[in-house]
Amino acid sequence: MTSFAQGLAQGAPQPGFGDAVFDSQASFRALLDALARPGEIRAMTLPLTAPAPLSPAATALALTLFDHDTPVWLDAGAVVGEVPGFLAFHCGCPVVDETERAAFALISAPAAMPPLHGFAVGEDRYPETSTTLVIDVQALAGGTPVRLSGPGIADVAVVAPVGLPGAFWEQMRANRGLFPLGVDVVLAAGGQVLGLPRTVRSEV
Amino acid sequence: MYVAVKGGEAAISHAHGLMADERRGDRALPELDVGQIAQQLGHAVDRVMTEGSLYDRELAALAIKQAQGDLVEAVFLLRAYRTTLPRFGASLPIDTAAMAVERRISATYKDLPGGQVLGPTYDYTHRLLDFDLLDSGREVPPPRESDAEQQPMARVADILGQEGLLEPAQQGAPDTPVADVTREPLRHPAGRDARLQALARGDEGFLLALGYSTQRGYGGTHPFAGEIRMGSVTVEMVPEELGFAVEIGEIAVTECDMVNQFGGDAERPPQFTRGYGLSFGRAERKAMAMALVDRALRAQELGEETVFPAQDQEFVLYHADNVEASGFVQHLKLPHYVDFQSELELVRRLRREHAQARTEAGTQQQEAAE
Amino acid sequence: MSAAEKTRPGDPAYNFGYLDEQTKRMIRRGLLKAVAIPGYQVPFASREMPLPYGWGTGGIQVTASIIGPHDRLKVIDQGADDTTNAVSIRRFFQRVTAVETTEETAQATLIQTRHRIPERDLTDDQILVYQVPIPEPLRQLEPRESECRKIHAWQEYGVMHVGLYEDIARWGHIARTYDYPVMVNERYLSAPSPIPKFDNPKMTRMAALQLFGAGREKRLYAIPPHTDVRSLDFEDHPFEVQHWDEVCGLCGAAESFLDEVILDDRGGHMYVCSDSDFCRHRREQGHRGAMAGHEAVRGLTEQAS
Repeated sequence: MTSFAQGLAQGAPQPGFGDAVFDSQASFRALLDALARPGEIRAMTLPLTAPAPLSPAATALALTLFDHDTPVWLDAGAVVGEVPGFLAFHCGCPVVDETERAAFALISAPAAMPPLHGFAVGEDRYPETSTTLVIDVQALAGGTPVRLSGPGIADVAVVAPVGLPGAFWEQMRANRGLFPLGVDVVLAAGGQVLGLPRTVRSEV
Repeated sequence: MYVAVKGGEAAISHAHGLMADERRGDRALPELDVGQIAQQLGHAVDRVMTEGSLYDRELAALAIKQAQGDLVEAVFLLRAYRTTLPRFGASLPIDTAAMAVERRISATYKDLPGGQVLGPTYDYTHRLLDFDLLDSGREVPPPRESDAEQQPMARVADILGQEGLLEPAQQGAPDTPVADVTREPLRHPAGRDARLQALARGDEGFLLALGYSTQRGYGGTHPFAGEIRMGSVTVEMVPEELGFAVEIGEIAVTECDMVNQFGGDAERPPQFTRGYGLSFGRAERKAMAMALVDRALRAQELGEETVFPAQDQEFVLYHADNVEASGFVQHLKLPHYVDFQSELELVRRLRREHAQARTEAGTQQQEAAE
Repeated sequence: MSAAEKTRPGDPAYNFGYLDEQTKRMIRRGLLKAVAIPGYQVPFASREMPLPYGWGTGGIQVTASIIGPHDRLKVIDQGADDTTNAVSIRRFFQRVTAVETTEETAQATLIQTRHRIPERDLTDDQILVYQVPIPEPLRQLEPRESECRKIHAWQEYGVMHVGLYEDIARWGHIARTYDYPVMVNERYLSAPSPIPKFDNPKMTRMAALQLFGAGREKRLYAIPPHTDVRSLDFEDHPFEVQHWDEVCGLCGAAESFLDEVILDDRGGHMYVCSDSDFCRHRREQGHRGAMAGHEAVRGLTEQAS
């Protein structure tokens, strides 16, 4: 009800999924597959609109997974403009200021993103209580190749996303060192996603 | 000759048909009406509503009819229906001090403001089968109308609390969310809100036995039935768009406040401690058993040794739910051919090895003897 | 999207897949974390389902949260599609999703199972959903959830090795024949659900995603594709699977898990493949066991009426 009121207060909200039940199911399967098979690019089922500056894929992820039970952190680019109203209307998720309280973080400008270890990495006995970061990058392919291995990868996978900050892969390696704690990452660009769960070992 | 067959869809449909036939029973007798169950098997309805966590007499009566009076099965039916309902929010705490009391007794005071009100109860009846009930159609005179206005009835716990003799009730901040074990899995140690909810949903028989065990020395708490009151209370909720409380209905509940052995230490003066029980309708035995077990489960918080089953949170809370317990006990009926075959293979092998070892030992003995 | 796709398949009284969308989201979030921490049991707010606890409510909730209108669902119990509980669960999903169902392992996109992994290798395009009664591999050694959680957190699995070694001391073998504990990704000790240990080797580096749901115990866990799964053992007592001297009486298979069927009260018995789809395929390919065509086994190869 609050979310509805907030949504209305900000003007007519943009529509979300064309079919909430089936589109979120299809998007979830793409995400599940992306995280189960790190390095493989998957297409999301896209919403009718995406609030600037979010990609359609990141928007689809939010519509699929966010609700009252998921505190969400928004970066400087996402916390202003259309995103908070869109999320309030469609998801009703609380937006939090503290990175370490976030179940999800939406990063629209990765160059300025906080370090991975600034987010929740989970507790020893409950390692699932960590943040999932959703990072909008310029492109999922075409950049510097990075070799991935670990669960979900038969041998080696090579990914080459464009637009991640210079320290990202170093931070991913430190994140791997925390296992079973650690954050999980979904890279998004356009309508596609690529999963980087905490289990991946990366080599630039 | 025996012909091995596979199970299947036809068998399942047939079983359903047999069940429906058995439920209806002798067609010469009138079919049981849900309204009759709600009215005349009220205690069964109360138990099913309490353990089913859903206050709806008609649906509980339907569940009892459908389950042919198997109350644990009826609880399951009601719970499975409850899961499909949207959750609008939490009500305000009910105010049992403002209850329209039908029954109110205290074992700790001979008399108290509002008096002892026996109300409808089987207590002090002689448990002799009433053969008159064999004949339906017997006239039952209406009860004598009480002419006295109900006096305000302060709760015994509040009376004791004024003198500081009883520990204050734990109060959460008004905006603290209340645990809901149907929406979040239990984490241990569980807070008292989660524990009380799990106990309220818990199996009456299990809690009765556990409560009884504390009286027999397995975690004794020296309980007194400070007060048991039964009657109806209003339920209020604050819809977010209104911002003030509105009445959404009235429910009958039974509340039990147990007053237990005193604690105290260098800082705190000696005072009695509480155990609390609440059930829908007239489920009084359940409310009392719940209060005993609630107090036993507070052992850790009150600095008591926890050695007995009733004091063991994981033991009590993981085994109190009869829908979970019934499902898992009865799942042993499902085929386990594969696991059993695995065990058969091992036991046969172990027997062969055992026989071989004995033969070899025998041969050696024989050789040694020769 | 076409109009046909927009109409809700399945029983109109219930949401697609029975669960409400909020519950699905909660389970979906849990599954993503489960995949990210292979073998770790994620607590989830399991719902009361219209089937009893212990009869597959965990697997059903997982399947209901992932299934879509384009899936082809296979449900097995003890390896067979026609066991009563498998039939009951399949009917439930037909009612609430109207998805296509199949008995063909190769045709299925989703396979929900109790107690078996199909004999046929699963592929990258498939998901295997296990129904799990007791997700905690340490439960029989340590009944306390709070203690088990610490053991997993600090990876102090000595208690399990001691338990297995006590078996060897007493019987000369590790006496666990099903639900044989595994290490997933060399980090979490996990319960493979009570599949026979015969099936354990199929779990390692499986191409399909493996998801586990325990409804009554309120836990989810996962093994991503191509992930190492090691059955616990000792250097002097290596892990080994069951084997039979007999072969399947219907199809002659020597390499499949066999169920024993009692034929009379004089010790007469035969063995048949527990995986009914695997056995049917072999028979269709012309493989014949010693009992094939025999009157006593007619009921095993034909649909009961």
